[in-house]
Amino acid sequence: MNETTQIAYDSKVEGEVIVTRADAVVNWVRKHSVWPMPMGLACCAIELMASGGSRFDISRFGMEVMRFSPRQADCMIVAGTVTYKMAEVVRRIYEQMAEPRWVVAMGACASTGGMYRSYAVMQGVDRIVPVDVYVSGCPPRPEALLDAMIKLQDKIGRESSVKAIRGKAPAKEAEQKAEV
Amino acid sequence: MEDATLVKLTETFDFLSVRASGDHSALNCPANKLFEVAQSLRDDFGFDLLVDVTGIDWDAASPRFSGVYHFFSTASHGYLRVVANCEDDINPQLPSISAIYPAANWHERETFDMLGIRYSGHPNLKRILMWDEYPYFPLRKEFPLAGIETDLPAPDVVETTQAKVKSAPMMGGPFVSTRSGPMSQAEPRARDESWTESEEKPTEPSDEAKR
Amino acid sequence: MAEVKEITIGDVAKRSVDTAEFEGETMALNIGPSHPTTHGVLRLKMQLDGDVIKHCEPVLGYLHRGDEKIAESMTYNQFVPYTDRLDYLAPLANNVTYAMAVEQLAQLEIPERCQAIRVLCCELARISSHLLGVGVYGMDAGAWTVFMYTFSQREKLYTLFEELTGARFTTSYTRIGGVARDIPDGWLGRVSKFCDQVLPVIDEVDTLLMRNRIFMERTAGIGVISREDALGYGLTGPNLRASGVDLDLRKDRPYCGYEKYDFDVPIGKNGDCYDRYLMRGEEIRQSVRIIRQVIEDFPDGAYYAEDAKKIFAPPKAKILTSMEELIQNFMIVTEGPRMPEGEVYFEAENPKGALGFFIVSKGGGVPYRLKIRGPSFCNLSILEKLLPGHYLTDVTVILGSLDFVMGECDR
Repeated sequence: MNETTQIAYDSKVEGEVIVTRADAVVNWVRKHSVWPMPMGLACCAIELMASGGSRFDISRFGMEVMRFSPRQADCMIVAGTVTYKMAEVVRRIYEQMAEPRWVVAMGACASTGGMYRSYAVMQGVDRIVPVDVYVSGCPPRPEALLDAMIKLQDKIGRESSVKAIRGKAPAKEAEQKAEV
Repeated sequence: MEDATLVKLTETFDFLSVRASGDHSALNCPANKLFEVAQSLRDDFGFDLLVDVTGIDWDAASPRFSGVYHFFSTASHGYLRVVANCEDDINPQLPSISAIYPAANWHERETFDMLGIRYSGHPNLKRILMWDEYPYFPLRKEFPLAGIETDLPAPDVVETTQAKVKSAPMMGGPFVSTRSGPMSQAEPRARDESWTESEEKPTEPSDEAKR
Repeated sequence: MAEVKEITIGDVAKRSVDTAEFEGETMALNIGPSHPTTHGVLRLKMQLDGDVIKHCEPVLGYLHRGDEKIAESMTYNQFVPYTDRLDYLAPLANNVTYAMAVEQLAQLEIPERCQAIRVLCCELARISSHLLGVGVYGMDAGAWTVFMYTFSQREKLYTLFEELTGARFTTSYTRIGGVARDIPDGWLGRVSKFCDQVLPVIDEVDTLLMRNRIFMERTAGIGVISREDALGYGLTGPNLRASGVDLDLRKDRPYCGYEKYDFDVPIGKNGDCYDRYLMRGEEIRQSVRIIRQVIEDFPDGAYYAEDAKKIFAPPKAKILTSMEELIQNFMIVTEGPRMPEGEVYFEAENPKGALGFFIVSKGGGVPYRLKIRGPSFCNLSILEKLLPGHYLTDVTVILGSLDFVMGECDR
């Protein structure tokens, strides 16, 4: 019998096989299952709660699975003023999170110290953990936080994940330090 | 009502003197009699609620430190302020009244933490707001708002992040007039402009510390 | 046939206490500072014997931002935004308390309309704070639904706050001698509409919790604070009243014209976690009652004190069009306000308890010393006494019932 072997396009398996880059697949998976860890420190935590509430509903964007355990989360939302006393704790919790991990600095205090220019307040959480997205506002409105989370998804979508997995890309933290 | 209490108090304890006040009755009390007075205030005068304990640093004046106590009576609904000056300006000390009012326990720890007033007889006098190893008393007048560089309490975190307790940049305000000298100099400016983000903090004590 | 063994589990926790082998052996357990039950950054260092707490040491200061030191380097009006962030569940009430403390120093008379606006602010803030308090308390006890109910009401309140002040909850609404701006048109009607629909929600929350067997078992008789302890540890607000002490500064030292309004002060009987829950529900109802009375007889007039001209910046439109106001504004900005010397202490009944400001002024526009008495700070100091003897599972409920906020605790 005359057999033909198809080596490229096969209409029979159309829709079941998609040809793409490995990065795109990995990133697609990652960016749509961001599990945030609410690092609620101060006032911003209330707006963080509000964005989890029914009016703003963070679950529309697939990020409602708030996990208080850093082991189960992959994005830390630092919501509030980071004092020097708290800095140690924030860093330790960040270290407990599994790679890949991202950090969102929510609000002026977490980003730069904000209105608290004083002896007790760390002037920006980026001194101890690498920050991916900064959100302005004191506190930011829930919409601003949602926007930041969408921006974070975009950022995750652009990462070279496969290289990082195979150890060829520089570790994320070093990469960020270099950017600064 | 409040005046009657005040008269009775000064009659009972002749070492008490009336203190100038913008609102409530206020008394000056010698530090060594404070415990006795507090005991009597609770048991005999019905001041059953200790609402606040704090201290004031009078900077150059002597006595430099005062302890301020606010008592409230749930029966007469009146406040009483008692102020006790610390005799020693270098190592200020006051008797602890936490045995009478348990509420004083944390308040006294806070005052110790912020101003360095030691409370003798306190069951657990250690820092409450800052971490235990913090070397300064932030609310003393010579301490700059921006803070003084020192180490973070966790060595391992410091090792990975190289983070330090650094002075905060103050050039962004708030701007306050000094209200002295010609108008050109009295215009509002930040209290501590000794350094900015582009200019490193000088090692000499800043203007704030000298003030 | 195999013998059927009857196994009684009973109270596991209790059994572990009775077992002699645990005697003397304790386990250290740390909760916080990042833990969902601590409502912020409180840390508890505990010694457990089995499931029973033997010793508890709260550690604070993880949110100490240096508010008091900051206050010493800014003028009185500049400090208003920092008061928002003390008890960030009821910023409007903090604004009002701070403004009134400074007004007491400056001896300003506040016009009636401004007082009415402030009473509205305080009571709306109280509702907003208690809604969160009850919602989160329910969540701590395992009832997630209540949180959703109360939070959707809070969103409605936020809309009202935003309309009034321009911000959802960092309002910075009061100024020394008045409020930042007059109420918007039709706002009172919307407040009254909110009141109409919040009451059924409170009733619904009550049907979810008040006679809920699980909730009652978890809260009734748990965390009992005696009257003596409550006073001794300086508790204020609903936590003090739940222990049977009749002290409400709105009634006992009326300010802001509270004496004009008719309302009841709920008093608890047992001082346990269940009573503290009941207090908050009832206080919301009383707040609604006050709000309705304020709206019914809302005074006309100025929303700031006329004699506060040396402190209160004139309206922006007038600065741009009138000579006198321009000079006034210039003087306030360049020289700072002029305040008399003196010492004042003012406390107001905030949702969490008595928020106090002790101000020492040496004249000029900047306080020499400003001490903030945060009610949560005092309310938490009882933990050392209260928690020992309770089971570990009760910690969440007790913390939830005390309804504290770390912003004003650590300052």
